[in-house]
Amino acid sequence: MDLSGWGRYPHQETRLSTPRDAQGVAALLGDGPVIARGSGRAYGDPAIGAHAVSTRHLNHMIAFDDATGELVAESGVTLGEIMDAFLPRGWFLSVTPGTKFVSLGGAIAADVHGKNHHSEGSFGVFVDWFDLMGADGSVTRCSRNDNADLFRWTLGGMGLTGIILRAAIRLKKVESGWIRQTTIATRNLDEALAAFEQTYDATYSMAWIDCAATGAKMGRSIVMNGEHATRDELPPLARPRPLDTALHRNLSVPFDFPGFALNPWSIRAFNELYYFKGKRTPPTSIVGLDSFFYPLDAIRNWNRIYGRKGFMQFQCVVPLESHAEGLRAILNAITRTGAGSFLAVLKRFGPQDSRLSFPMEGYTLALDFPLTRRSLDLMPELDRITADHGGRFYLAKDSRMSADTLRRTDPRWQAFAEMRRQQGLTQAFASAQSERLGL
Amino acid sequence: MSSVLILGARSDIARACAQHYARQGYAVQLAARDAASLEADATDLHLRHGVPVTCHAFDVLDTASFAGFIEALPILPDTVICAVGFMGDQAESERDPQAAALVMRSNYEGPSLILSLLADRFAERNSGTLVGISSVAGDRGRASNYVYGSAKAGFTAFLSGLRNRLSRTRVQVITVKPGFVATRMTEGMDLNPRLTAQPDEVARAIWTAQDKGRNVIYVRGIWRLVMTIIRLLPEALFKKTSL
Repeated sequence: MDLSGWGRYPHQETRLSTPRDAQGVAALLGDGPVIARGSGRAYGDPAIGAHAVSTRHLNHMIAFDDATGELVAESGVTLGEIMDAFLPRGWFLSVTPGTKFVSLGGAIAADVHGKNHHSEGSFGVFVDWFDLMGADGSVTRCSRNDNADLFRWTLGGMGLTGIILRAAIRLKKVESGWIRQTTIATRNLDEALAAFEQTYDATYSMAWIDCAATGAKMGRSIVMNGEHATRDELPPLARPRPLDTALHRNLSVPFDFPGFALNPWSIRAFNELYYFKGKRTPPTSIVGLDSFFYPLDAIRNWNRIYGRKGFMQFQCVVPLESHAEGLRAILNAITRTGAGSFLAVLKRFGPQDSRLSFPMEGYTLALDFPLTRRSLDLMPELDRITADHGGRFYLAKDSRMSADTLRRTDPRWQAFAEMRRQQGLTQAFASAQSERLGL
Repeated sequence: MSSVLILGARSDIARACAQHYARQGYAVQLAARDAASLEADATDLHLRHGVPVTCHAFDVLDTASFAGFIEALPILPDTVICAVGFMGDQAESERDPQAAALVMRSNYEGPSLILSLLADRFAERNSGTLVGISSVAGDRGRASNYVYGSAKAGFTAFLSGLRNRLSRTRVQVITVKPGFVATRMTEGMDLNPRLTAQPDEVARAIWTAQDKGRNVIYVRGIWRLVMTIIRLLPEALFKKTSL
C-alpha cells in the first residue's frame, strides 16, 4: 500500500505486514529486506521501504515491578498506553518525546529525547533490556551487560539492527499528574539562550521560538521550564485525586491552533499570537501532564494542516562551542527566504553517552516546513550551516537529507553501515531512509 | 464489581471488548478453546486496568460441556459477549457438507445454545446483558457467503426470539451486526475504509448499546442503510445481483 511517515512526505508503495506474534514476525524474514514500523510517527521515511513489518499487534504488557518501576512490554505498546495504565498508580515515563502516540519499539530505535534531556538523558538511559529478532529469526536479549554491542547499536539504530519484540524500561515515580510550569518571555535569541543557561537545573525545559521575527527581535522565545508538582502545589480541587487526569481538561486551557491555510502572513500572525499569549501567561502555573508534554496530541491529525503534499521536519543539534552563531545563521536563512516554520522548538541538550543517538551537548532546533519549492531549496542551506558549525541531524525527523551530508556531519553512521555489512544485516533490514543514506 | 464473560476471546473484536470493559472496571472472564493461549491477554488486561482476569476453556462445538462450563465460572457474569464466529470458505462449504456443518454449528448452534443456557440463569437472577455478535451477512443470503450468512441469520433470529421471551425481565439482549471490521478474518481483503470499523469501535458501540438499552445495533450507521436497501430489493431482481 501507499505508505508514508507522519509528515506524509515522502510516500511510496510499501508492503505492510501485521504479524500477531514473534513466530509471525520470524515467518516474514528471509524474503527481501524488512523494516519494523511502530506507530508510523517518524516524520520522513525510516519506516517505509520495500516491506514494513507493523508491530501493531505486538501490544501486550507483560510485567510490572512495583518496587523498581520496571515495566516489561511488547514493542507495539505506545507510550500513551503506558501512561494511561500507570499514571493512576503514580508512575510516569522517565523520558517522553512531544507525542505519546509513539511505540515503545520506535522510542528505542530512535532513542528519543524529551524536555529533560539536559537533566536526565535520552530514552535509552531507562531501557534495561530488549529482545531483538535478528536476520535469521533468532531472538537475542540485549542489555548493558549482555550483548552490549548490539544493545548500543540498536539504541538510535533506526530499526536497522533487527526487530525489537519486547523491552524492559524503568518508569519514574510521581506524586501528581501535574507540572509546575514556569514561563519566561525573552526578547531575542541571546536572552533565550541566557534563560536556558540560568535555569539549567530545571528538570524539564524547552522553548518555543518565533522563526518569523527579524532584526532586534530575532529568536525571541517563550522558555518553558517544568517540575512535577507535589500534591500540596495543586489547585484545591485536584488535591484529593492528584493522579486523576480527567481534571486536566477542566483546569488547564490548551492552546487552539488556527485552522487557516499556511502562508508567510498566517505564520507570522500565529507566531505573533503565540508570543503574546506566552508573554501574558503567568510566570508560574500548574498545568496537566498532557498539555505540558503533548500539546499537539490534542489535535489528532495535526499533520494534515499542511495539506495533501505533507511537510518536512528539520531538526539539528549544534554543539555548545558554536551554538549561538550556528542558531543565528539558521534563523537568518529562514527569515531571509520567508519560508517561516509554523512551530519551532529550541532546547538545551545535556551530555549524551551513546553510540548512535542523536543528542550531544548543545542546542537543538526543530522546525517544520510545508512542502514547497521554497522550503525544499532552503533545506540544503540549513544542512550546510549546521555542518559548518559542527552540528548533526535527527534521523527520526529526516526525510530528504543526502548521504553525503550525513557522512560529513556524523561519521558514526559509517561505522554502523560497516557493522551492518559484516553482520549480514544490510540485506535483511532496510528502509527507504537507510537506502537513501547508504546505511 | 461487575463482570463480563467473553466467549471466543481470541478474536480481535473480543480482545477490544475485553479492553473496553476492563477499562470501565469490569472483572473479565476470557473463554476460548485453548485457555492457555489467553494468558498473555489476561496478564495485559490485569496490568493495564488492575481488574481480576480469569481464563477458561470453552469449545463452541462441544454443546454437552456448556452446562459444566457455566457451573465452573468463578461467578455468574453480569454481561456475556459471544464473539465466536467462523467464516469458513463458501466454495468448500458448497462441496463438503462436513465443512458447511462446521460453519453452521460454529455460528448458529453453539452460540445460540450457550446464550440460551446463560439466559436461563440471568432470568432467574433477573439481571444481566447478553450480547450476540451476529453479522450483516445474516440479513439476506448472498451467493458469495450464504452458508455463513444463513448461520448468522439463524443466530440473529434466535437472539430476536430470546429478547422477545425475556422482555418482561430485566435481562437485556443485544444483537450486534458489525459490518466490515478490520480483523484477522478480513486481513488482506480490499475493504472500503468508510464501511470498515476498527475492533475498538465495535467494543465502544457494544458498551453504548448496553448503557442505553439498545436491541439491535449496526456499528457504522451506513450499514443500516445499505442492508435496508439490500433487504428491500425484490427477489426477482436480487437473485440476479452479485453483491
